[in-house]
Amino acid sequence: MRADVAWRDYTINAETIRRTDEMGLGAADWYKSPVPRKKLKELMRRRDGPAIRDTVIWIAGLIVSGSAGYFTWGTWWAVPCFLVYGVLYGGATDSRWHECGHRTAFKTTWMNDLLYEIACFMVLREPTVWRWSHTRHHTDTIIVGRDPEIAVPRPPDIMGILLNVFALKSSYVALRSVIVHATGRLGEAEATFIPAAERPKVYRTARIWLAIFAVVIGASILSGSILPLMYVGLPTLYGGWFVILVGLTQHAGLAEDVLDHRLNTRTVYMNPVFRFLYWNMNYHVEHHMFPTVPYHALPKLHEALRSDMPPPYPSILAAYREIVPTLARQVKDPTYQAVRPLPAGAKPYGDYEPFANLGTTGAR
Amino acid sequence: MTGEQSTGAGWVDACGVDDIEREDVRPFDHGRLSLALYRTADDAYFATDGICTHEAADLTEGFVMGDVIECPRHNGRFNVRTGAALAAPACVDLAAYPVKVEAGRVWVKVETG
Repeated sequence: MRADVAWRDYTINAETIRRTDEMGLGAADWYKSPVPRKKLKELMRRRDGPAIRDTVIWIAGLIVSGSAGYFTWGTWWAVPCFLVYGVLYGGATDSRWHECGHRTAFKTTWMNDLLYEIACFMVLREPTVWRWSHTRHHTDTIIVGRDPEIAVPRPPDIMGILLNVFALKSSYVALRSVIVHATGRLGEAEATFIPAAERPKVYRTARIWLAIFAVVIGASILSGSILPLMYVGLPTLYGGWFVILVGLTQHAGLAEDVLDHRLNTRTVYMNPVFRFLYWNMNYHVEHHMFPTVPYHALPKLHEALRSDMPPPYPSILAAYREIVPTLARQVKDPTYQAVRPLPAGAKPYGDYEPFANLGTTGAR
Repeated sequence: MTGEQSTGAGWVDACGVDDIEREDVRPFDHGRLSLALYRTADDAYFATDGICTHEAADLTEGFVMGDVIECPRHNGRFNVRTGAALAAPACVDLAAYPVKVEAGRVWVKVETG
């Protein structure tokens, strides 16, 4: 950390909630692009088919790559097998957790809830905690002092980002929380967004998770092999690169404390394989603006909103051409941010001044 | 709502039966009340408060699936017949109001008496 760089305080507690409320940033009215009700209803319609198909393919991929890893264990052939297994286990579950958390992936509620619990365990995100933290993320997207899911606070923790290529920092934080929750306690920020009635579920799940990890670690010790952990636990780490690769494109380097998702969120075109793994979360501006639209309808929503959106990034590479230099500059200048251009046909903001409430404390 | 008709028993003429599409919702304001009027796929009509009990989102921009309204902001769910909260982050029930259909009009009982 440079001594002459002021850090923003990303603490979330009752005081920051009160302060951001006073600033008009808490649970505020966010800009929404106009879309006819009839069209939106069509896009919001739920279906089981796409998510069942994708889940069958995903499970088959886990079984095939996991089996191949077992039979090739001890040879170099096991490396590509576990690379695939890791991406499916520790990478693709990021979007499964996310979509099923919104209960939009499947039409059938229990299917959403079942895959949600499984994906949460795989990606190491406690289901009740993350359901409520993500609710707050949608209410107050990248509002400092309210949003618990700001992936890249300013100035950016470059070492932390690099550690998360193997989910090391995120998993450390997650496991530490699981242990705290297993003892029947919550963190200060969590207490601001998890209702009292939901807290027993947090503690129960944490205890179940620790029991599962104990069994897997025990199996590894008894068998004298790391192989059991290669299937449960470690894939969250060695498949974590996919989470950070696509996850950073969502908001990193963009505006904080604005009430327009077009200015703090990216839509990035990705190849079909990544879109399968990521369940179309690359259409992220659209998702934030209309979270009731299921992942399989996001490409159509993207087309419907296109005239009112900034130009999408043509590729992950294009997004990183902006993200990398922006984060590098934010290390020295936390007030710096990438500004998204709005198209000529975009609807005006009305009385809203997009950058009026930036409130950064960093020195220029 | 302007021009609405009401009776002494608290029933208010909210809209015509075809002013709401099947499996959809529309807003109805009466005094300080902001209500959501629902028409289900089998042409039954219901009314609840129109503002989500979780974070004050307008439920009439939400999505009706069977007997369920999903909040447009956080996907919280309520039963349109009873107002019961069904899924997080919705934890507090909506107030539900009696509804009747007479002569092609949807009436909501917004007052007691």
